[in-house]
Amino acid sequence: MDIFIQQIINGLVLGSIYALVALGYTMVYGILGLINFAHGEVVMIGALTALTAIGLLVPSGLPGPVVVLGGLLIAIPVCMAVGFSIERIAYRPLRNAPRLAPLITAIGVSIVLQQLAMMGWGRNYHTFPAILPTTPHQVFGAAITDLQILIVVTAAVLMSALLWLITRTRLGRAMRATSENPAVARLMGVDVDRVIAITFVLGSALAAVAGVMVAANYSIAHYAMGFMLGLKAFTAAVLGGIGNVGGAMLGGLLLGIIESLGAGYIGDLTGGFLGSHYQDVFAFFVLILVLVFRPSGLMGEKVAERA
Amino acid sequence: MTQPFPSRPLPALLVLSACLLAACGEQSDTAPSAAPVAGEPSMEAPLVVRLGHVAPLTGPQAHLGKDNENGARLAIDDLNAEGFQIGDKRARFELLGEDDQADPRQGTTVAQKLADSRVNAVIGHLNSGTTIPASRIYHDAGIVQVSPSATNPQYTRQGYAGAFRVFADDVQQGGALGAFAMKNLNARRIAIIDDRTAYGQGLADEFEKAAKAAGAEIVTREYTTDKATDFASILTKVKSTSADLLFYGGMDTQAGPMARQLKTLNLGIPMLFGDGGCTVEFHKLAGEGAEGHYCSLPGVPLDKMAGGTAFRDRYKAKFNTDIQLYAPYAYDAVRVVAEAMRKAGSTDRMKFLPELEQINYPGLTAQIAFDEKGDIKNGAVTLYQAKSGAWSPLETVGGDATP
Repeated sequence: MDIFIQQIINGLVLGSIYALVALGYTMVYGILGLINFAHGEVVMIGALTALTAIGLLVPSGLPGPVVVLGGLLIAIPVCMAVGFSIERIAYRPLRNAPRLAPLITAIGVSIVLQQLAMMGWGRNYHTFPAILPTTPHQVFGAAITDLQILIVVTAAVLMSALLWLITRTRLGRAMRATSENPAVARLMGVDVDRVIAITFVLGSALAAVAGVMVAANYSIAHYAMGFMLGLKAFTAAVLGGIGNVGGAMLGGLLLGIIESLGAGYIGDLTGGFLGSHYQDVFAFFVLILVLVFRPSGLMGEKVAERA
Repeated sequence: MTQPFPSRPLPALLVLSACLLAACGEQSDTAPSAAPVAGEPSMEAPLVVRLGHVAPLTGPQAHLGKDNENGARLAIDDLNAEGFQIGDKRARFELLGEDDQADPRQGTTVAQKLADSRVNAVIGHLNSGTTIPASRIYHDAGIVQVSPSATNPQYTRQGYAGAFRVFADDVQQGGALGAFAMKNLNARRIAIIDDRTAYGQGLADEFEKAAKAAGAEIVTREYTTDKATDFASILTKVKSTSADLLFYGGMDTQAGPMARQLKTLNLGIPMLFGDGGCTVEFHKLAGEGAEGHYCSLPGVPLDKMAGGTAFRDRYKAKFNTDIQLYAPYAYDAVRVVAEAMRKAGSTDRMKFLPELEQINYPGLTAQIAFDEKGDIKNGAVTLYQAKSGAWSPLETVGGDATP
């Protein structure tokens, strides 16, 4: 039983990170109908910026958590600026172009950001300094560290705040209006360009937080880390129903837990026929099953109209 | 990609190389055959020896690939500075560094590129997974290949005359690791994880064989990839088997984070892994989790190599970074090829290959001689333990402990 609880905890931590990144994909898709493939790279830039800042702050002798918070507070505006620039440079000029064009620029931006990061930070793995306590707590026989608790809680708080922003504020209403129909929203006095820019900036801020979480939890960051993470988060967004904010959260958490349980039990379930190298297969198998029965994802309802 | 060179007489090739070096780009084929190279006082044109070098220069293992390339570059700079002679001509060595991203497909692409540009020999690749498929291309093209670090036994067992390695293979290393696990660590229940690459899987298989033969029980066999960073769920699985030792077949970029996650999951068992994790980088990646784990590395510790410390200092001075792992072996791979060429008095494969097979060269890492397969004879394996942020040598088994 303690092993099962441990696997659920592993899945929750992983899933919280997926969910935060998935939000960035789903927000942009919901409003623009565009898959922002550069989003994974924004996460990477957040992680590396934070690591650099943390490296500079460590000698100051401040306590570990304060240093990490400092790194986060530097990474967030940097990522916001990157997200804003991406939208301004690569997507806005193509707003009315055929659908394929912004998809290509998205992939292009992703490659450019990765190469720039490689030039700036080098090809090596960057390691997170050992400033946070790694001694785990025991919960029902399962181990969880302070950092992991913090990751799950922070992700939950940020996701709730985002839901509140979208459903309860003026800005949220403008975002929803733009999502439904940009042309009509514009006629109703919504500054569509501004709403789109804010969407990118918000998504990038969440990406920065996710980046710092990844770097802190796995203690490493490197220029190519965004690709796989982005792919998984994109999968999570599709699983939950892309374009749906609640769906991204659910999809992220589910994907994390499925992966974790899959890796842990697939060997026992199949009598050793499939091993933990089918971890990803297991996750994508579930995705296919969901899409067969619910083509718009678990919580996606309105996707068909937009697509 | 450049056009493949057609087979040309040597003078034309020299002009072309000289042209590339001087970045002139305007000389035609009618230029005099002894085109002087910029900054070369000698009237006689040097004999250009072009060595291909392949390792991952991008991706997670880029730090290791760069390390290999630096090792080879240092050897080439040394050879050029020494005024190395082949036949009665002064040789000028050139390095064509290629990036295979540790990806077997990319490995064959760059191998074809090197084969097309008719290099005199290839140093590489770094990973077994890229070395094996590439070796076929070099074999077909008649190019000698010396890998500084590929350990999968299959590489030299394909019957390719031109395939060599200056590093003990997985059978030797896996055997040493298996014996060590039983004898020194007293392990009875062993969990094995590998990264599904030719290297990781191959070493894990050899280790499993040796450990089973010595009487240990393999309680679980789990898998990850050479790009993964999250091992929480497979480590939890390992925890459920109450193993007393975790063996990992793979590289430092996974071994490091794995050791760290082992600690956060409260799994107080030691980890054991092969050369891929036996790096400086491991300690950085594992942080507090590094302490007490074990690894093995073919060859003897750098401090015990003849000239090992001097090499380390020169490397540091030149590249302003520490040696990660295989640089001394890449250095030796270049030197041993150059030595065979010197003995044969030729850069022609047909001439220097027999010399390479017969060679007995006092390298930096070992006394280098090859068996009939092309494996290094008497490969030593040294075991290390992580102690306060560094690898401390425990014991060396096999080989000549003092080269």
